[in-house]
Amino acid sequence: MARAIEAAGWGWRHSDRRRFALRHLDLTVEEGERVLLLGASGAGKSTLLKALAGVLRAPEAGDEEGDLLVGGHPAGDLPGYAGLVFQDPSSAIVMGRLGDDVAFGMENRAVPLERIWPRVLEVLELVGLRYPLDHRTDRLSGGEQQRLAIAGLLALSPRLWLLDEPTANLDPEGAAMVRETIAEVVGRSNAAMLLVEHRVTGLAELVDRVVVLEPAGGVLADGPPEEIFGRLGPRLRAEGVWVPGPRPARLAPPRAPGRAVVAAERLSVVDGVDLAAHEGQVLAVTGSNGSGKTTLALALASLLAPTSGEVRFLGGAGQPASGPAAPRSAATLRPGARPPCPAAPYPTWPARELVRHVGTVFQQPEQQFVTSSVAAELAVGPRRCGMPEPEVARRTAELLERLALTHLADANPFTLSGGEQRRLSVATALATDPELLVLDEPTFGQDARGWDELAALLAAQRDAGRAIVTVTHDGELVAALADREAKLEGGRIAAACAPGAPAEAAPVP
Amino acid sequence: MTLVLAAPLAAGRLGRFNPAAKLAAAAIVMVGLLVTADLVTAGIVLGAELAALPLARVRPGELARRAWPLPVAAAGVALANLVASSAPGTTTAAISIRLIAIALPGVLVFASTDAVDLADALVQQVRVPPRFAYGALAAFRLLPMLAAEWETIGRARRARGIDAGRSPLRAAALFGSRVYALLVAAIRTGTRLAAAMDARGFDSRSPRSCARRQVVRAHDWLLVAATAAVVAGANLTAVAVGAWHPLLL
Repeated sequence: MARAIEAAGWGWRHSDRRRFALRHLDLTVEEGERVLLLGASGAGKSTLLKALAGVLRAPEAGDEEGDLLVGGHPAGDLPGYAGLVFQDPSSAIVMGRLGDDVAFGMENRAVPLERIWPRVLEVLELVGLRYPLDHRTDRLSGGEQQRLAIAGLLALSPRLWLLDEPTANLDPEGAAMVRETIAEVVGRSNAAMLLVEHRVTGLAELVDRVVVLEPAGGVLADGPPEEIFGRLGPRLRAEGVWVPGPRPARLAPPRAPGRAVVAAERLSVVDGVDLAAHEGQVLAVTGSNGSGKTTLALALASLLAPTSGEVRFLGGAGQPASGPAAPRSAATLRPGARPPCPAAPYPTWPARELVRHVGTVFQQPEQQFVTSSVAAELAVGPRRCGMPEPEVARRTAELLERLALTHLADANPFTLSGGEQRRLSVATALATDPELLVLDEPTFGQDARGWDELAALLAAQRDAGRAIVTVTHDGELVAALADREAKLEGGRIAAACAPGAPAEAAPVP
Repeated sequence: MTLVLAAPLAAGRLGRFNPAAKLAAAAIVMVGLLVTADLVTAGIVLGAELAALPLARVRPGELARRAWPLPVAAAGVALANLVASSAPGTTTAAISIRLIAIALPGVLVFASTDAVDLADALVQQVRVPPRFAYGALAAFRLLPMLAAEWETIGRARRARGIDAGRSPLRAAALFGSRVYALLVAAIRTGTRLAAAMDARGFDSRSPRSCARRQVVRAHDWLLVAATAAVVAGANLTAVAVGAWHPLLL
């Protein structure tokens, strides 16, 4: 029987890059083997999966060296042999109707019409999507969309499953559903599997071999999961790989709330429940996708005017809650001497006033970059609120230093790694020394090292007295950092409590 | 309306026709009315279209909701002509009526056709390359995502302290930078979608089957033939009464 994967001295360089994404790869995967592929971000895992699926083809997409065989043939030559599941299901859906999307892959493989629809019904049943065939795909949840993607591949009975962080974009419930589906679908077949996943909880039982890629090229380690995690655990963690093990330690004990900096009252998205963020505290907003988390965060950050209810900015200690706008002199921006808040209602504050008091970090850092260098990016906020140039330069230099970005000062923000982009986006939010920091899924897509850095950074900001609101799916972040947790469900607060505590034990003050 | 001039078939709704046949009928109307700019031809065709509306079971409310810009645009054109040109009133009326007569079938084709059915018919009947038809179809699906992206880009700028205030100049610059950011996002999303389609075997190298068969039935042929007959008849009538007026002469 031909081997599922055979790589010999294989390497790939994308046509727009100078460096190889990965090279010197020797790897054999037998039919039916279940392999977890690990490696720090930038080690070329996604590139390998795409090449195996036949999506990357030389010479159009880049340069190839060595050999890469799938099922005994050059990658991409055996139609339907490999099935690739992507990280973001919403941009992998092709058709507007459920049944049509499952059928799409079969059409491309020229499956005769009379065999298409019975198979569509069969695989939808197997992945547990019990909707009519004309159900709109854009009305599926993230977890359902990912199961739809799996159904579309399953219809072609692939001999090799390639899974590229299939649960990274999903909320915990969606991720659990998808893991269950993968265990069911892959576990039942005798197909081989190559899984890339930062967090392996829930899929570890499925895996019988772990391969760790070296960032410089080649394979760092290869063996049974217990051996690899036991022998290399700490080293893997240091390099950014998530390894099963104890949860990260709590970064500080819960503290007494300081003054409320921002308060939501009778907000429609939180169903009339009042909610406030306090100085020196981290408020975690959790809940499934579509529960209104992001809407709440945007309202707290004055980026979305609430349709009903009110959000008021109360300001930090030593600062009038609101008053006539003071002259915009640099002196008002010295740490400790907070600028007064504008008298206008919070949702209508001019942007240059807002940026003095509130720093917002978006889920995708790229969305908030507006310049072409890291240093210029940090200077945007301070300049907008009228800081003199020497002060702007001083702050920029200090933030670069503090967030370990100095060596990247002239780099284009869009070319940074995921971890670096995240650090930069937090740094830009801190540049104006705001009282309130609002973050949307800050640990999204971070490897273990990026996660550690971010959690430490947020803990330091909290300890410096800032109020922090973070929307997150990440249970570990909540456990490590949150002083209070507001769980949203269908636009209501289902529970507001100290993290982990039962809801009624500690109501939100 | 022209699309259902085949009276015996009008029991079926517009949606039952092959999309390619509907497109062909609309194209015939367009060509037939573009060659001449007279009131008689345009009037007969528009009259036939309106007479056929009840047969197509198009609800007047639904039609008004979809087609309201048409009379508005036609009135605008008429007004502009009356004010700015020395053309006689009949020519002005002809131009306006012609505009409505050409556009109405187009509105109804797209209002009564599912995008997937249209792509299927284009591939199966018109022999449009599948890579183009289904690629465009998938791209249209991204539009709502881009609308959401546009909002996010605007909020991200506000969060960075950037807004236009009261300066129209800065508003224009801000708009430009938002458009640019949206383009970058569109390319990123489009690239991901293209990779996903490729990974599912969507390429031009191999033959392809189709899960939804679009067939051309007798009523589709009748629709096209009847449309052609009405358009030709209208042109001939105009010639006969001496009103026919080719645009280029």
